[in-house]
Amino acid sequence: MPEAALRPPGPAGAPRLALEGVEFRYRDREVLGGVSLEVGAGEIFGLLGPNGAGKSTLFAILTGLRAPQAGRLAVDGAALPFGARALRARTGVVFQEPSLDGKLTAEENLLLAAALHRVPRREARSRARSLLVAAGLADRAREPVDRYSGGMRRRLELARALIHQPSILIMDEPTAGLDAVAFRAVWDGIDALCRAEGVSAILSTHRPDEAERCDRLAVLFGGRVVACETPEALRARVPGDVVVVDADDPGTIAVGISSRLGLAAAVRADGVHVARARGHELVPRIVEAFPAGRIRSISLRRPTLADAYLALTGARLEEDEA
Amino acid sequence: MTARTERVAGAGPGAIAPPAATAASAHPERGARAASARSRETQTAALAYDLATIRVLWRRDLVRFFRQPSRLAGALGQPVIFWLLIGSGMSGTFRLPGSGMGYLQFFYPGVVLMVVLFAAIFTTVSVIEDRHRGFLQAVQAGPGSRGALVIGKALGSASVALSQAALFLALAPAAGFPLLGVNWPLLLAALALTAVGLAALGFAVAWAVDNVQGYHAIQMTLLVPLWVVSGAMFPPAPDRPGFAAVMRADPLAYAVSAARRALGGPDAPGALPGSAARDLAVVAAFAAASLALAIAVTRRRDAR
Repeated sequence: MPEAALRPPGPAGAPRLALEGVEFRYRDREVLGGVSLEVGAGEIFGLLGPNGAGKSTLFAILTGLRAPQAGRLAVDGAALPFGARALRARTGVVFQEPSLDGKLTAEENLLLAAALHRVPRREARSRARSLLVAAGLADRAREPVDRYSGGMRRRLELARALIHQPSILIMDEPTAGLDAVAFRAVWDGIDALCRAEGVSAILSTHRPDEAERCDRLAVLFGGRVVACETPEALRARVPGDVVVVDADDPGTIAVGISSRLGLAAAVRADGVHVARARGHELVPRIVEAFPAGRIRSISLRRPTLADAYLALTGARLEEDEA
Repeated sequence: MTARTERVAGAGPGAIAPPAATAASAHPERGARAASARSRETQTAALAYDLATIRVLWRRDLVRFFRQPSRLAGALGQPVIFWLLIGSGMSGTFRLPGSGMGYLQFFYPGVVLMVVLFAAIFTTVSVIEDRHRGFLQAVQAGPGSRGALVIGKALGSASVALSQAALFLALAPAAGFPLLGVNWPLLLAALALTAVGLAALGFAVAWAVDNVQGYHAIQMTLLVPLWVVSGAMFPPAPDRPGFAAVMRADPLAYAVSAARRALGGPDAPGALPGSAARDLAVVAAFAAASLALAIAVTRRRDAR
């Protein structure tokens, strides 16, 4: 796998952050069943899974909002209790619901966050200014955040998480609800931080396009890490291509593909999926197997991380739109 | 927990002993001194972080309050209407034994306390939303402790409550209390301690209940009766010992009593038997107990 070798395979030496055997139970329900992972300096590490896989609980444990019933935590090789002040002081957190005060201006929000972390006033002002410029919010810095769009709030939330120059950045679905332009802007910022300044980023996501930008991914399913590798290695677990058939009646098409061609077909949000090596040979066979008009369109693509998640766990990564 | 932590410390860095450990083995005394200096340093940093958190939360509530003109208007309008409507309605039938005081004057200190009470209720309800999708998320994940979060928020809410009370107190001369005759230090102390106590109590309820409807239901059932039996609306009745006992158990009664003494002198009609110092001591104990309760509630980290 020459592609995979381009990415760092994992932390060398003591990892920036290590979790071992983290268990969390809510009443009688097991939410996390022994999660272990290691994140290196400058690494972008994704927690991939749908809602309910345990991502949010893991996020709450990493940020000190919840304490697990069992497990160990180490930062740069030194053991720390969960939620330790020493960890909170060097962590920047991006919440899914922005943690901003809507009645205050963007600048005031940044200065309050700086004060929480005891950044000296003069220094805080200059950092706030440059972060606002970098976020493209400089000309609206004196406006209450209530008047900001969702994308602007996300960018400000990321700026707020960086005001104290943390060495670990923890993000919960950092690009939820963002359009393509804002998505790229946020990710260019994350890339720059991790590559140039060696900040370690840990983020939870259920978006394949977002997971694709991580160095390594921990695949979470039912509160356990079922795989932990690069996006390339994960995708390579799905052999061949994915053929997607769009039709008015996808159920009948799926049954037809199974019975006439003897292939496993599954109905998904965007159509009927058939995963298969040499998928291009399959396309004409499917088209010929059904009367004209039954199939609206047929397409062929490389497997995505959503396909990989499905292959690994048998569960869907993204919920159906229906 | 401790055992687990130690095991990691042994297994983690392992091969390369940290410099402190080497120093400690070579010069045990110097190592111990360095370790204790380090722990003092950590404690100082911890305290500094907590003070920073308190300052941030305190300032934030005040800035928000003074930035919303509608809240300022409501802060003055509501108690004035309440005071005049109920005050004039009752004034025909009200007779305070052994005093010629009219009801509007008698009721005024009670309304001052009501201002503090409602301000505390309405500024702490924001904790519920703020904690899951707002600024308090960042405070919880920041380097300050839960105790600092509670104290900062309680001081912020209390300051808002005091600002509202100050607006209403400008009307004291109209109620028959000349401004120069008021014992301001006593009044300020009584109102500040009550405000902190009520804000901390509101914080504890908000954190534990975690939904706005439930919060208002509990606060209205708990606090409004406390205010009604505090002597704010009618004086203590010595001929009804049961009611007098309830009043003596109500911390707000001491706050009202202290406010009566501050406005109308040490023997103000309607004040509880006893001294202003005793009134203040009870209110201070109430504030401390509420703060302790709120801190205890927020430390249960596993509850939502």
